[in-house]
Amino acid sequence: MKQVHFITELFDKYDGRDLLAYLNAGGFTALKKLLDTGSEAVLAEIDASGLQGRGGAAYPTGKKLRQARAEKAARKFVVCNADEGEPGTFKDRELLKRNIYQVIEGMVIAGICTQSQEGIIYVREEYTNMHDEIRSAIAECYKHNYLGKGVLGSPYNFDLKLFSGAGSYVCGEGFAMCESMEGKSGRPRSKPPYVKQEGFLRLPTLVINTETLSTIVSIIKHGADSFRRYGTEKSPGTKLISISGKVNRPGVYEIPFGLTIREIINDLAGGIRNGKKGHFVQIGGASGGILPERLWDTRYTYEDLAKAGLSVGSGAIVVADEDNSLLDYLKVVQDFFRHESCGKCTPCREGNRQLRFIFERITNGTATAADYANLEIVLDVMGKASLCGSGKTEVVPFRTAQRYFPELFMTKETYAAKKAVV
Amino acid sequence: MQTVLLTIEKKVSLTIDNKKVRVPEGTTVLEAAKKAGIHIPTLCYLKDINKAGACRICLVEANGSLQASCVLPVSEGMVVKTNTPRIRQMRKNILALILANHNSSCPTCVRNNNCELQTLAKELNLREEIFEKEYSHHIDDFSPSVVRDDSKCINCGRCVNVCNDVQTVGVLGFVHRSDRTKVAPVYDKSLAELSCINCGQCIVNCPVGALREKDNTDLVWEALADETKHVVVQTAPAVRAALGEEFGLPMGTSVTGKMVAALRRLGFDKVFDTDFAADVTIMEEGTELLNRLKNGGPLPLITSCSPGWIKFCEHKYPELIPHLSTCKSPQNMMGALLKSHYAKMNGLDPKDIVVVSVMPCTAKKFEVQREELAVDGIRDVDISITTRELARMIKEARIEFNELADEPFDEFYGDSSGAGVIFGATGGVMEAAIRTVADILTGQDIDEVNYEAVRGVEGIKEAEIQITPDLKLKVAVVHGGANIKTLMEKVLSGETQYHFIEVMACPGGCVNGGGQPIVPDKVKMEKDVRAERAKALYYEDSAVLPWRKSHKNPSVQRLYKEFLGEPNSHLAHELLHTHYVNRQ
Repeated sequence: MKQVHFITELFDKYDGRDLLAYLNAGGFTALKKLLDTGSEAVLAEIDASGLQGRGGAAYPTGKKLRQARAEKAARKFVVCNADEGEPGTFKDRELLKRNIYQVIEGMVIAGICTQSQEGIIYVREEYTNMHDEIRSAIAECYKHNYLGKGVLGSPYNFDLKLFSGAGSYVCGEGFAMCESMEGKSGRPRSKPPYVKQEGFLRLPTLVINTETLSTIVSIIKHGADSFRRYGTEKSPGTKLISISGKVNRPGVYEIPFGLTIREIINDLAGGIRNGKKGHFVQIGGASGGILPERLWDTRYTYEDLAKAGLSVGSGAIVVADEDNSLLDYLKVVQDFFRHESCGKCTPCREGNRQLRFIFERITNGTATAADYANLEIVLDVMGKASLCGSGKTEVVPFRTAQRYFPELFMTKETYAAKKAVV
Repeated sequence: MQTVLLTIEKKVSLTIDNKKVRVPEGTTVLEAAKKAGIHIPTLCYLKDINKAGACRICLVEANGSLQASCVLPVSEGMVVKTNTPRIRQMRKNILALILANHNSSCPTCVRNNNCELQTLAKELNLREEIFEKEYSHHIDDFSPSVVRDDSKCINCGRCVNVCNDVQTVGVLGFVHRSDRTKVAPVYDKSLAELSCINCGQCIVNCPVGALREKDNTDLVWEALADETKHVVVQTAPAVRAALGEEFGLPMGTSVTGKMVAALRRLGFDKVFDTDFAADVTIMEEGTELLNRLKNGGPLPLITSCSPGWIKFCEHKYPELIPHLSTCKSPQNMMGALLKSHYAKMNGLDPKDIVVVSVMPCTAKKFEVQREELAVDGIRDVDISITTRELARMIKEARIEFNELADEPFDEFYGDSSGAGVIFGATGGVMEAAIRTVADILTGQDIDEVNYEAVRGVEGIKEAEIQITPDLKLKVAVVHGGANIKTLMEKVLSGETQYHFIEVMACPGGCVNGGGQPIVPDKVKMEKDVRAERAKALYYEDSAVLPWRKSHKNPSVQRLYKEFLGEPNSHLAHELLHTHYVNRQ
C-alpha cells in the first residue's frame, strides 16, 4: 500500500468547484457530525487521531484547537495558512484546486470548535489563478448556509473570506501573516504573547495549515481509528508529499507514514530520471535537511527523520541526482533565504549577507579556512539567536549537509590533515 | 483631590544569575535584571519606545534557551543567566555581524565617543571585525535640519518607532527585506520633500551616527572670521540646561555663565539671550490672547514657538492655522529686533549684522529659512546651530569649558526674566503667559508665580485658573507628536474647549529637543532627561534671575517705550508676527 486516498478521497470524484457534487460525494458530513455531537466529541476524535500540524511545526492539532478554544475574546479568528511558500511544496495547491470545499468545511469546523466567528484563507499571491475559484466556492457556501449566520440552522455563525499574500516567504509564519493581513510588511513579532493570544488585530488567532484542515474533515468523517490504520505509532495517519526534482513522476502523493525515502522515489515517483544515480534529497522545504543517497532507506516518519537530523516539514521532497553538486544546490537554497529573510533581526539579516559571501567563495573554489570558520559562527548565531523560526531553521540544510558531506565544508588541506589522522 | 486606586499587583519570583528577584507580572527579564543590579547590554531597545527584540544583543539564557530579554516577560520560577561564556560569545558574534554592515569610520564620525555601538564593542571586548563589510553609501542631506547616512544605519528601528509612535509624523519606515532592508522615507524620497517636521527626535534617539543635524558650524566660523560682519549670537533657554553634558558635567547643571564666556572666546561681537525675546513673546502673545478673549476668538489660541509643531500643524491640521498665535518664535523675534532696533541704536547697517542662534532644536534650521521670516528681504536669523554644534565649536577652539569663569550676557538683549528662561521646558510658555496675563487683568502684581499644574513631564496637562472673578482661564499644555495628535483631535471634534494651548513638538519641550546632547539609552533607563534638564531652568527662574515676569523685565519695558510702542502695535506686527502655510 504505497499511495493511499484518505485526505484525497474526493480528488477527481468531482471537479472541485461544484458544491452539489461535493455534497453528493459525502461533503459536509463532518460538519453535520459536529453539529450533532458537539465540539467536545469532535475534539476528542481529533485528539485520538494523533494528528500533528502539517504546516511544519508538527504541533498536536487537538491540543492547538483546545488552546484556541480556551482564549476568551469577543472576536477571534481562524486563519487557513495557504501561503505555501516552502520551495518544492505544492500540496496545498492541490487541496485548494481539487477539493476546496473540504478546506472550507475544515474552516467552519475549526471555527465552531474554537468558538471563533471569523475565518480567513490566506492564499499565497502566486496562486492568483485560483483566487476567483476559491472566492466563488466561498460564495456558494454562503448561498447554502454552510457559511454566514446560523450555519445550517445551528446557533453558530462563521464568516469566511480570502486574503491574498504579496509574495513573501516569511508570511507563512503566524505573526508575519497577521502583520501582512493588517496591511504591514510581513515581519514576525516577538513571542510571547503568541499568535493564539494576540494575533491578527491583536486578537486571538488560530493559524492552521490547509492540509491539517482537510485532514480534520476526513478524520471526523471516518473516525480516528481509520486514520490510525495508516502510519506508525508515533506518526499516525497519512501525509501529502510534494516530490520534485530529478524523478520521472514528480507530483503530490498521499502516503502512509513509514515508507522509506527510496520507496517514495522509486515506487511512487518512478525513480530517478534517465537512469542516473541518486545523490541526495532535501526533505521538508528550503529549511529542510539534506539526506544522502546512502541513507534513503530511512523511513519517512517524524521519529525516523528526527534521528537523521531532519523533519517532515512541509512534506516536500526534492531529489538530486549525481549530476547535481550539493554546494551549488545549497547556494541556491541560501540565495532563496537571502531573498526572503524579512530583515528584522540581526542573525537572519546579517547572517544571510555573510552566507552569500561565503557560499560565493565556497562554490567558486576560493574559500579560505577563515570562510569555513565564519560559516560555523554564522550558522551558530542564526540557528540559536534568530527572532523567528525561519531564521532558526534556515541552518538545517547546511548543518545536515555538513553532517553527511563534511569534506565539502573545509579546505583541502584541513580535509587531508583530518584524513591522515584517521 | 486625587483618588488613588489600589490594585493588587501579581508578583513573580525568578532567579537571575543566582539572585532571587521578585517583580510584578509582565515585567521583562531586562527590567527585572536591572532591578537586581544586573545590566544586560542592549542596542535596539529604547526605554518606553522601542521593544523590537530585533538586534538580539540582549540575549540571555532563560530556562536554558537563548531569548531576547527586552521582550521576554518574566515567569514564575524562571532561571535566567546573563553572563555565561556561551552568551558572551553569542553577543560578540552578533555584534560582529552588525559591524559588518556598518561604516565604522569612528574617528571622523559625529558620534565618536558617544556611540552606543562603539561603546558596546568596547564593553563586550570585541577585538576584531571578522566579517566581510558591506554597507550602503547613500546619504540624504537635502533637509536643512536632518542628515541621514545609510552607511552608519544598523536597522535598529529606534528612529522608525520614534517618528511613527512618539511623534506620529511617520516619515520613516523599513523598506525592502533581508540584507537590503533599510530605513527610508516613503518612496525613497528625501526627508526634505516630505512632511518631516525636522524635530530631530530621530537624531537624539539614534544609537549611532546614521542620523545627525545638518552641520552649520562652517558658516559660523566663516562669519566670525569676516571682519566686515558684526556677528551676534543668541542662545535659547534650553541650551544652558544641557550644554554642560557635552563637557562631562552632570545632567541638569546650568552652565549659563560658562556658555556666555565660551561664546565670547569664540569671537562673537555680542552675546545675547533668546530669553529676552521670550519675554517679548509673552508681551505679544499675552496681548493676542487678551484681544482674542475680548473679541471672541478664534479660541483656543495655540502657541507658535515650536517650529516642529508649526510644520506638524501646517501638514496635519491646517484647519487649526487660524488658532495659531501669529507671533514669530522667540528666535525670530530676536533676529528681527536685532536687525532693526539694535542696528538703529548702534548705527549698524542690518546687512552687516549676522545673527547666529544656538538652539536645542533642529527644526530651527528650517525655520530660519522660511521666506516669510524676513523683514524687507533681510532674514531675521542667518544661521541656526544646535547645542551639539556649539559644543563642537568650543572643543574645536580648544576652549577649556569647565575652567571658564562665569560671564553675564551683554546688556539689554541679554536681559531676561525667569518667565523667559522656563520657555525651555514643557509648560514654561504657559506659565510665563499666565504670570503676565494675570497681572494685566487684575491690575495687580501677583506674588504667587509658580503654576505647578502646567509643569512636569505628563503628556497632556490641563488646568483651570481663576484669573479674575469673571474669567476662569482653561488651558492645556501638550508636548510630543502623539500627545499633540490626541489633544488636537479632541479640540477639532469640540470634545474639549480651551482658551489657550501650549504646544511643543518634542517630548518634554525644548530641553529634550532634537538639537540637544545625545544621551545613551543606558542613561535614559536611569534618568528622565526631560525632568532633569528642566530642573536647571526652574532653578534659574526661582533663584538666579531678578525678575520672574516678562513684563517686569526693564529692558523689555524700555523696548516698548522707546521703539515698539504698545504690544501688537503696527511696528510690532511688522517685525514680530508672521503667517503660516497650508502644506496638506
